[in-house]
Amino acid sequence: MSENNQNERIIKKAKSLNDSFPRKGNDIYNTHYCAGCGHGILHKLITEVMDELEIQDRCVMISPVGCSVFAYYYFNCGNVQTAHGRAPAVATGISRAEDNAIVMSYQGDGDLASIGLNETLQAANRGEKIAVFFVNNTVYGMTGGQMAPTTLVGERTVTCQNGRDPNYAGYPLHMCELIDNLKAPVFIERVSLANPKLIRKAKIAVKKALTIQKEGKGYSFIEVLSPCPTNIRRDVKGVEDFLINEMGKEFPVKRFRDLSSEREPVERNVSDFSTETLDKVFGVDRSKEVVTDEEDFDDCRIKIVGFGGQGVLSTGLTVAQAACSEGREVSWYPSYGPEQRGGTSNCSVPIASKTIGSPVAEECDVLIAMNKPSLEKYAHEVVENGTILYDSQAGNYTADNLDVKEGVQVISIPARDIATEIGNARAMNTAILGALMELGKDSPILSQEAFKNGIRETFAAKPKLIDVNIDVLETGAKWLRENI
Amino acid sequence: MSENKPYPVISSNNCKACLRCVSACKRDCLILGEEINNGGYQFVKYSGDGCTGCGDCYYTCPEPLAIEVHIPKRNRAKKN
Repeated sequence: MSENNQNERIIKKAKSLNDSFPRKGNDIYNTHYCAGCGHGILHKLITEVMDELEIQDRCVMISPVGCSVFAYYYFNCGNVQTAHGRAPAVATGISRAEDNAIVMSYQGDGDLASIGLNETLQAANRGEKIAVFFVNNTVYGMTGGQMAPTTLVGERTVTCQNGRDPNYAGYPLHMCELIDNLKAPVFIERVSLANPKLIRKAKIAVKKALTIQKEGKGYSFIEVLSPCPTNIRRDVKGVEDFLINEMGKEFPVKRFRDLSSEREPVERNVSDFSTETLDKVFGVDRSKEVVTDEEDFDDCRIKIVGFGGQGVLSTGLTVAQAACSEGREVSWYPSYGPEQRGGTSNCSVPIASKTIGSPVAEECDVLIAMNKPSLEKYAHEVVENGTILYDSQAGNYTADNLDVKEGVQVISIPARDIATEIGNARAMNTAILGALMELGKDSPILSQEAFKNGIRETFAAKPKLIDVNIDVLETGAKWLRENI
Repeated sequence: MSENKPYPVISSNNCKACLRCVSACKRDCLILGEEINNGGYQFVKYSGDGCTGCGDCYYTCPEPLAIEVHIPKRNRAKKN
């Protein structure tokens, strides 16, 4: 960057690049990159262009996984560090939510061309308004120089010590050429950081890509052939030769596409994050009085366990909605396996008068168990004098044949029978909720109306089921009243 | 250094001795010194003569804070 004073012009670091790079240790004026690494060179180019286009306060950098994972040490602008290969997804979200943002993703070849290949192509195909800087050094640099999708045929790395064999590992991926097959991208260019002449050309491409973002015209993609002297294991001349004569042959440096003059700015709907709109979306009624900090309310941690598909999670949601409707603090924390049906699942629903610190309940006051294995597994988590409610079909259990603490009340409820009688066996979880509602009738955890509201909320999308479930709820309560 | 000639300013503790600038300088006026800096690297020095202010060393240097190139403005009277 040039800076003028009266007597001289100084070419120096851009304003958009931080003055120091604080992190662990004291070496805060040097980058964390190896000697001769291309990242620092590209960081300088991008920040120079940010200064020249006066876009610093609009910029959001998406940093990847790889050596440049710490890009936020250097770029003085917004930053999100994403999971491996997921930069296009995050960039899409930010670009669509904040239309004024200039979103850049900065990714290496392992990140973009391997694990993130699908997302990269999809984002390019949608013509997202992002500038992608694809740093290609032919290896996985950060992890020690393993073979990458872009490793040249015959190039030796620690995981292809005889050189990449295309019959075994395929051929180098040409990202620019792949993306050039798509209609949406506006600008595609491959540049090189081999020497100052090529670096200056690279800067022109960077400027073009960011100008397209400044004008909101859509997707720009820049592949940067970058030196990794540490893993290429060559000296300064050897690296330049590698970049020009070996990488340059496989990945020709050229402009593949520039449609910036014919493309119009992409207009997207303006995002509305106003309180009024969010209230409407989430159904918040601010006229309702919020009950806070009631001294006489005993906090209650409820855990619901069972097989996937038994309505474990939705039962928890019903309780949580019920607590919400009473203005309690509540959280709902599910835990389940990958199976859609079968497998175990559970959820914790702590209800409190004060803000909840942890959503996970290691102990609970009430355990609702839908089946035998879950009952046996979780019974010991119930606190002293707590309560276990379980479906009778799990078997015949009492405090004597379960691993429970002192004073725990174990109640078997013929929940399936009750629900079947009323007409829907799948509502058995609601029958247990009915028992829960009745259980605290002297000092109710939540009012009867709250439980009903919870059911109305949970089944809002299936109104036919609301009345049936309220019936089951009341029958469950009645059963407990008459039998316990 | 003459007042009217461009010159590079190299921050010794920011140099990692990658030698990109030495290799890039068309006038061969950058050299690797013998001393060791705080980072444990030998560092590059300006020989003191020959800089044209092209900025190649700055652009090829991967360390943002290592090199500055100062280019004096031409004297107005001279220009006219």
